[in-house]
Amino acid sequence: MEQHWKQLAQGVELAVNRTDKFKTGLLCVTFTIPLRQETATAGALIPEVLCRGSRRYPDMERISMAADERYGAAFSPGVRQRGESQCISLLCSFIDDCYALDGAGVLEPVAELMGQVLLDPMTEGGVFLREYVESEGANLADRIRARINDKRSWAMFRLIQEMCAGEAYAVDKLGDEEKALSATPEWLWKNYQWLLDQGKITFYYGGSASLERVEETVRTYFAPLLRDRMVTVDCQVVEKPGAEVNTVTDTMEVTQGKLSLGFRTGGITMGSPQYPALLVCNALYGGSSHSKLFLNVREKMSLCYYASSMVDKLKGIMVAASGVEFAQFDRAQTAMLDQMEAIRQGQFTQEELRAAVGTVANSLRSRLDSQGQMEDDCLTQLLFGGGMCQGQDLLQAVERVTAGQVAQVAQGIRLDTVYRLIGKEGAAHE
Amino acid sequence: MNKLEYGTLRETIYHCVLPNGLHIYVDPRPEYEKQFAFFATRYGGMDLRFQGENGQWIDTPAGVAHFLEHKMFDTEDGNALQIMAANGAMDNAFTSSSITGYYFESTKGFAENLRTLLSFVSVPWFTKESVDKEQGIIGQEIRMGEDDPDSEVYYRLMEAMYTNHPIQNRVAGTVESIAGITPETLYQCHRAFYQPGNMVLCAAGNISPEQVEEISREILPQEPSFGVQSDLGQEEPAQVKRRYTERRMEVSIPMFTIGFKGDPSSRGKGLRQRLLAGLVCDVLFGSSAPLYNRLYQQGLINGSFSSAYDAAPGCAYLMAGGESRDPEKVLAEVLAESGRLATEGIDAPLWERLKKAAYGSMVRQLNSLEEVCIELAQAHFEGEDYLNFPKCFQDIEKADAEAMLRTWCVEDRAAMSVIQPER
Repeated sequence: MEQHWKQLAQGVELAVNRTDKFKTGLLCVTFTIPLRQETATAGALIPEVLCRGSRRYPDMERISMAADERYGAAFSPGVRQRGESQCISLLCSFIDDCYALDGAGVLEPVAELMGQVLLDPMTEGGVFLREYVESEGANLADRIRARINDKRSWAMFRLIQEMCAGEAYAVDKLGDEEKALSATPEWLWKNYQWLLDQGKITFYYGGSASLERVEETVRTYFAPLLRDRMVTVDCQVVEKPGAEVNTVTDTMEVTQGKLSLGFRTGGITMGSPQYPALLVCNALYGGSSHSKLFLNVREKMSLCYYASSMVDKLKGIMVAASGVEFAQFDRAQTAMLDQMEAIRQGQFTQEELRAAVGTVANSLRSRLDSQGQMEDDCLTQLLFGGGMCQGQDLLQAVERVTAGQVAQVAQGIRLDTVYRLIGKEGAAHE
Repeated sequence: MNKLEYGTLRETIYHCVLPNGLHIYVDPRPEYEKQFAFFATRYGGMDLRFQGENGQWIDTPAGVAHFLEHKMFDTEDGNALQIMAANGAMDNAFTSSSITGYYFESTKGFAENLRTLLSFVSVPWFTKESVDKEQGIIGQEIRMGEDDPDSEVYYRLMEAMYTNHPIQNRVAGTVESIAGITPETLYQCHRAFYQPGNMVLCAAGNISPEQVEEISREILPQEPSFGVQSDLGQEEPAQVKRRYTERRMEVSIPMFTIGFKGDPSSRGKGLRQRLLAGLVCDVLFGSSAPLYNRLYQQGLINGSFSSAYDAAPGCAYLMAGGESRDPEKVLAEVLAESGRLATEGIDAPLWERLKKAAYGSMVRQLNSLEEVCIELAQAHFEGEDYLNFPKCFQDIEKADAEAMLRTWCVEDRAAMSVIQPER
């Protein structure tokens, strides 16, 4: 694999992972802006409205037809949260030229379609079509409301809202329902122009084409974007030492309860020297089926159906999630916290440590087998890490993590917020 | 091992059959970091009544296959999940209506991990205590499923569509049904369904085919398998049992799934039927076909709308669904559109485009070692060669799709399951 990085203008970058290992190519254009209450809704809505139609491909049927012609290129708008930034993308995965039945190149027609959709939308009176804005606004409001359908992710979402209340991190990347429903073509158009002018732009390509071919393709189909711009990307890491633990309980019509714990990592993030030890600590705590939460709280004590933990490497937080019976909430919470205490005290074997290191190393290596994950990692690195890929260095650092380092990291991890989702029936147990 | 070349797809598969009856497929991808192995049995949530070794019919409680899957991870030396995690591998398993599959993914120590996988799946070790304890854990999983609108909407559709076929049984069973499971039940089911001749091993990634074969010979039982036969219930009528079913749950807007009951494919025609039915889904429900766009513009569906074909021994169906404020209206529009397509025929350029797109989607799927192994295994159980799909597409005509629309996508083969928001 060859990695290339090139600045096309100030605030406009092109990253290329050239490899023959996949059957496909992946092209992605991402606009990064600060995640803020005032702009999040527009950020989430813009790619959806763009994908409703452009001048050349005026409706969804025509866009889908064009994608079909390009061998079923999977073309998707997307919005991601990276720390306290909102990343708004158009992404396309398409077959590599060598699988095309007619032998023609696929990258260029795909870039043409993406460029048209992104830069030349259908307009009336100089702004987006009212019909598109209103129906996508309603769809976005539905998506925001639908968050509640999956109780597992809902419990995590609510935990973050409570734990990071007042921080940009807690702003929903989808924005808010009211703003989505009241979106007007004029308002959205203004936000769209601002995004094109001010957003930090990352072009990413993974696949078999050469840097020269990709650069030329980008210059041809995305020319209007190759202008200088100034964007600072940052993420506030909050520690709140000595603050009381905040406990929040919601009641809903559910038969199984959810218990989520939110921790602050003591300021450790992706750039910290202790970051490799934090990854191992998380794997040891709840990041694998060899973890303490899985083995003790789930398997040995049978306190929950699932129990796992994960880290946000930019924000410096770690969250543990579990599904528990209402009557077991207190026992499960105590047990989950006891496991963290055990790590702080260094109560884990060499074998547990070796397994945790193995889990982290395995997942870091595995990411190189997925074009989507490579794009995601590359974007995060470009936005927050300076270089293009620190994969190999990080891998080596993880493999050198010691028991003492893990315990030390755990000693700095502090419980911030407890979130409980209980059923109406379970409310009686509280 | 035999080498099978697929020129269009630039793939090479190695295949062999061991004397114990096990089929092995290996897809070497030296440029990958990962190694993936999938070991599956033709046994799932619908195989409740079966004929074992001595010809006697055996009845088992709903949820046994899934329960067995959980308990297979217990070994005399501890839990296989931990043994493999200690070796840096991630392993897991799933049970569907017709398959139970165990797999792991690693980037190191493939041989050792494969030995562990083959050994824990082929050597049962159950105790009364561990079975009792599992009833609590699976009870929680079943309750979690009851809170999951996606799972509810699906099973309620199956119950509405099928009169006799066991596809309507919930794979995990119920809290009551699993209470009747004992270590003896598990041993009996393992003996019948986990014989190498009823299983398949597929592996892909940075591995050598010969090593996979060698380790399989070393670990798995040598004796040839006896046949096992499942009872799929009395003959299933072509029509659905009920047209409509609904329940209320904590969802934001109604969720719905429409099902069209199809005819099971004959042996050796499963792949063709799968490709054809996938194209029929694209023609009727796809985003580059007229209906989708009409419904979307009217606000009757949103981006969550999707469709699929699914099949298991003795049954086959099309499904489409998502979120909608007016599912009944969507169903009426779908039936009208299938009627129109059946009489007017499918637009020829649309058909050609959809075929091109379907081919491309399947090529894209080959990036994933997991998908490749699971697809190879499923196709093997259906007596098919999965990577033959480029050729198979060539033999599918527009008229075949029109015939399927005329027979399957009609009112008395249609059912709808809806989850309404709590009042």
